[in-house]
Amino acid sequence: MKLTVNGKDHVLDIEPEMPLLWVLRDELGITGPKFGCGMAQCGACTVHVNGTAVRSCSIPVGTVQGPVTTIEGIGRPDALHAVQRAWIDHQVAQCGYCQSGQMMTAAAFLASEPNPSDEQIDQAMSGNLCRCGTYPRIRLAVKAAAAHLKGA
Amino acid sequence: MANIARIARRTFLIGAGAVAAGLAVGTYLYKREGANPLLKNLPDGAATLNPYVRIDASGITLITPRADKGQGAYSVQAALIAEELDLAWGEFKVDPGPPDNVYYNGALMGEIVFPIAATSDSFIARTARGMGDVMGKMLNLQLTGGSSTVPDAFDKLRVAGAVARQMLLAAAAQQTGVAVAQLKTADGHVLTPDGKRIPYTALAAAAGKLKAPSEVTLKPASEWRLLGKPLRRLDIVPKSTGTAVYGIDLRMPDMVYATVRTNPRRDGGMKRFDAKKAEAAKGVLKVVAINGGVGVIANNTWRAFQAANLLEIEWGPAPYPASSEAMFKQGSESFTAERQDSRHKDEGNVEAALKAADPKNVLQAEYRVPYLAHAPLEPMNAVVLLKDGRLDIWTGTQIPGFAVIGAAAVAGLSEDKVHMHVQIMGGSFGRRLEDDYLRQAVELAKVHQGVPIKMTWTREEDMTHDYPRPIVMSRARGLVGAGQVQAYDLSVAAASVGVSQMGRQNIPTPGPDLTIVAGAWDQPFAIPNYRVTGYRMPAMVPVSSWRSVGASANGFLHDCFLDELILAAGADPLAERIRLCSHEPSRRVLKAVGELSGWGTPLPKGRGRGVAFTLSFGVPTAEVVEVTATPKGIRIDKAFVVAEVGQVLDPVNIEAQMTGGMIWGLSHAMMSELTYADGAPEQTNFHNYPSIRMVQVPQIVAKALQNTGVGHIKGIGEPPVPPAAPALANAIFAATGQRIRELPLRKHIEFV
Repeated sequence: MKLTVNGKDHVLDIEPEMPLLWVLRDELGITGPKFGCGMAQCGACTVHVNGTAVRSCSIPVGTVQGPVTTIEGIGRPDALHAVQRAWIDHQVAQCGYCQSGQMMTAAAFLASEPNPSDEQIDQAMSGNLCRCGTYPRIRLAVKAAAAHLKGA
Repeated sequence: MANIARIARRTFLIGAGAVAAGLAVGTYLYKREGANPLLKNLPDGAATLNPYVRIDASGITLITPRADKGQGAYSVQAALIAEELDLAWGEFKVDPGPPDNVYYNGALMGEIVFPIAATSDSFIARTARGMGDVMGKMLNLQLTGGSSTVPDAFDKLRVAGAVARQMLLAAAAQQTGVAVAQLKTADGHVLTPDGKRIPYTALAAAAGKLKAPSEVTLKPASEWRLLGKPLRRLDIVPKSTGTAVYGIDLRMPDMVYATVRTNPRRDGGMKRFDAKKAEAAKGVLKVVAINGGVGVIANNTWRAFQAANLLEIEWGPAPYPASSEAMFKQGSESFTAERQDSRHKDEGNVEAALKAADPKNVLQAEYRVPYLAHAPLEPMNAVVLLKDGRLDIWTGTQIPGFAVIGAAAVAGLSEDKVHMHVQIMGGSFGRRLEDDYLRQAVELAKVHQGVPIKMTWTREEDMTHDYPRPIVMSRARGLVGAGQVQAYDLSVAAASVGVSQMGRQNIPTPGPDLTIVAGAWDQPFAIPNYRVTGYRMPAMVPVSSWRSVGASANGFLHDCFLDELILAAGADPLAERIRLCSHEPSRRVLKAVGELSGWGTPLPKGRGRGVAFTLSFGVPTAEVVEVTATPKGIRIDKAFVVAEVGQVLDPVNIEAQMTGGMIWGLSHAMMSELTYADGAPEQTNFHNYPSIRMVQVPQIVAKALQNTGVGHIKGIGEPPVPPAAPALANAIFAATGQRIRELPLRKHIEFV
């Protein structure tokens, strides 16, 4: 089985029913996507497949068609994605465990909706849980990232 | 370099009493006792000046022994040391250090053991808090909890930084021949009058050979560079780029992966199990019996999960009532003389006042709150390696010292053979004050030695094997007259968190349990006849500390009935709370939340405001919630939170803690509960244990007051939680006329 993650090709000998999340975490050592619930309820495992945000905990790796991008693939500490930059500027994270998934949802959302209303932001981000309650800063950071992406 | 280690074998500990005595003159004396644990594994070329500062050629490491579960503990501890040590922000590493008695928590016990009101500054109150410090030390209480990190660390860590700075200055004076008085420090360097900059790293070895000063002078707040200023959290870049490594993310050569299944009827035990199918599953290395269940070791976490699903297990029955209904029945039978636990508040004469009253002026009500899971987003996990008689542990924990004791007992090793590496946590909210998951991992390590094992719970295991916040019930009576609250008699019944939680660490907890009445017995209201009585429910589901502990329930029970009385008296909810308030800092908090929220400005029909107040962990906190009753249900429009903390150390992080704490309180008040059937929780994952989501989160404005000053500095992790539920319930009453006396509120009303 072939899988492209963050621009790198991998050949895997693995059962196709294994969820993408566990292939990323335990087989490839890519730990930015987090395990939170295992049933697409919390969004901590969110990654992009073909640019679309998906819950990697609930997608069998055998059904993945197209390149996978994780939080490590959209930007790095020395080359930040606009969403990551906004998350840093607004100091969004508390425990931080949900934030990879939050940022991946936000990045995919802003790619499809560059001029989001407040209501659209709230709706788009409501699939991702944050137990620390960082939601107000997530809201601000998504708006800041949208402004930055438009200006860029 | 053994020489450095030998000579640097200085001991260092700040006695809280000595520090307190120095406060008046701004000079801090400290006494040295106990060995510096950093000397045990000090690498060649490294020096340590005290238990909080380690320096080698590559840089400076600050030891931040309170665990970081998202509340920013590492950053604030580092800021306290770095302020006095004159380090540039972020130009150092942080390390939680080893478990050691030198890192005991001196601020916790004084607040939770003795019935001394937080509003009291009397000699007895201060003495009791000092005794709490001694108890923390005797119990080897290296514990993160009770919103105690800042009050415990505020003097200790600044002194540690100042002492280290003095030693580095003395070393520079020796080296350069320039008197200490002519030397300055900045950004990790000693500066000489002729413009030379000597890095601390070049002075550390020499400094380690010097005698530590016996007193230091701390900077006044007016000279702070870091404290009180907006700081960028040290972990914000890693946590914003997916590069932060949590315990669950660790990877090591030859590592194997594991999970466990135990009885969701906690302590119900296992009768038998059949592992044949699980053993045959792909990737499974071993299936083993553990205490009360079964462990599966495999070559991938998901394969371990899949194999665990194939286990056929017969569980024992729950050793407590099997249903929520039966448990609440136990609770309702607990308001008896035999089960009375405490009566720390008894002012005026409640019985006489109620007896003499016209019955139409007497109110009665019963309230109840459910079990609640901590459900941090990172499920419980631990990495363990048992090899050649040495056990290494990598896990997030709020109790590293107790965890080592427990792990050593399970492994059959002495404690010095157990090495704890504390990891950052993906939330905790008190869950990692327990070490059950770690003990399970150590059981697996015993039967699979020589390679690291990462044991991870499924969400279902996590949700159904919590030590939850207990159910709590109250019965309240009150009397109003002349437009005022005349009498308030509150009876609260709960199982003892202290007995359950401390019992698992073999620590006896004699006497009344203050957590049963926390957030209720010591509220600063001068009601003429005022009584708060605690009753102890029998132990049922084993329970533990959940963010804000007893006050998490009692804030709702106490404040909502006070709201009922105030409205029955015909008074304004905010004005009557302010009139009754007997504590000036609390009164200021109430007034401030009124100003912030526009209290008293008219609202259209169908909208309502609620105010609530709880003093917990020494922090008076008032919150206002504004709601609209829409045709589809209640919408929370706005929220406001004000707290008095003495001194703000980081305005950015305190805003995060205050808004996050209030959201935590609102979320559980709206929609969360653990219910039990057949002895097990009925909620298994986030689909049936829901949590607030973005669409439901209101705009929140937070304001921290600093009227009481640095001498009364407090922690903020928990105090914003208790007033959230009553502020919301009071707002719903204001908007709809519906008084809800049970949580979660959605049992009675819809939310949009």
